[in-house]
Amino acid sequence: MLNKIYDWVDERLDITPLWRDIADHEVPEHVNPAHHFSAFVYCFGGLTFFVTVIQILSGMFLTMYYVPDIKNAWESVYYLQNEVAFGQIVRGMHHWGASLVIVMMFLHTLRVFFQGAYKKPRELNWIVGVLIFMVMMGLGFTGYLLPWDMKALFATKVGLQIAEATPVIGPAIKTLLAGHHEIVGAQTLTRFFAIHVFFLPGALLGLMAAHFLMIRKQGISGPL
Amino acid sequence: MSEKKHRVSRRQFLNYTLTGVGGFMAAGILSPMVRFALDPILKEEAGQDMVAVAQVKDITTEPQRFDFKVKVKDAWYESEEPRSAWVFKDENGDIVALSPICKHLGCTVNWNGEKSNPNRFFCPCHYGLYEKDGTNVPNTPPPAPLDRYEYEVKDGTLYLGKAKPQGGA
Repeated sequence: MLNKIYDWVDERLDITPLWRDIADHEVPEHVNPAHHFSAFVYCFGGLTFFVTVIQILSGMFLTMYYVPDIKNAWESVYYLQNEVAFGQIVRGMHHWGASLVIVMMFLHTLRVFFQGAYKKPRELNWIVGVLIFMVMMGLGFTGYLLPWDMKALFATKVGLQIAEATPVIGPAIKTLLAGHHEIVGAQTLTRFFAIHVFFLPGALLGLMAAHFLMIRKQGISGPL
Repeated sequence: MSEKKHRVSRRQFLNYTLTGVGGFMAAGILSPMVRFALDPILKEEAGQDMVAVAQVKDITTEPQRFDFKVKVKDAWYESEEPRSAWVFKDENGDIVALSPICKHLGCTVNWNGEKSNPNRFFCPCHYGLYEKDGTNVPNTPPPAPLDRYEYEVKDGTLYLGKAKPQGGA
């Protein structure tokens, strides 16, 4: 059945070369944990991607109940966690996954750094990786405010004060992020929501596409 | 198929295991999320409390409009929503409480709302008409009779519950 559908589409669109080009490539021996167990260090990049996929999925589902508004945000989170079936699990996935992404990304960065895999001709990919790192930190920072509890509010106040400490343009950056000169409130929450759900994920997808294209183009760096 | 011919190649075996493990992981990730999203259709419909609406002694054979409020819980938002009912006693002395919401497109109907059709409910939006017992008048837009409230009389007070369709055309 599935084969027939595949053949039908393939006959018309010739899709086999498309996915073969993506999926059909040999894993070099020095990267394959079946040959050398120590090669598990090469898994961290893929694990970062895997957890990112979980974050995107669980986040999409959370927005079915979440409201980015100072009067309803906390109540809607309380409702989805306690009244909706599997709410605790779905929110838990997003909560723990957020930390796990940072951990996996950090391990991936350490591997690339200590193996010197960032050296010529892969400098550009290192730079894109650092940009991904920054986007991830931004996602963590903006997502932390969304439950709109005391911890979220004061963590954001601290973060905004750090941004404000930038020489010359600090106050402007802080106002731009918070949406108000003094108050961390209604406009801060909607802004952070928009950044967390639209702007940064969009940037992240673009950067990850570039990251993966460069790996395919240049191949994995050779054995040590 | 004979046992001998059915040999699984190494490639096939790996394909099966990878698909199985991958499917198991995908199901593990997706099933809580899907159940989470499907929750509204699997939640039991909340019953509605009976609300005190009027004193039985005030109810006549002529339909009168009574306004009342019902408590509504919409996820985390609780509010009191206004409702109204046309209440009267029929020829057997039984109380009838009709919903004023027109079955055509949901406008509000009035008793004796139009002079040329006395003793009928009239909907001003598309000239829908109903008889006193809520039956829709043929050849006017409404496709069904007005909904009837569940009611209960306790200590001379009329309590109303949910408005239910009367059935029939």
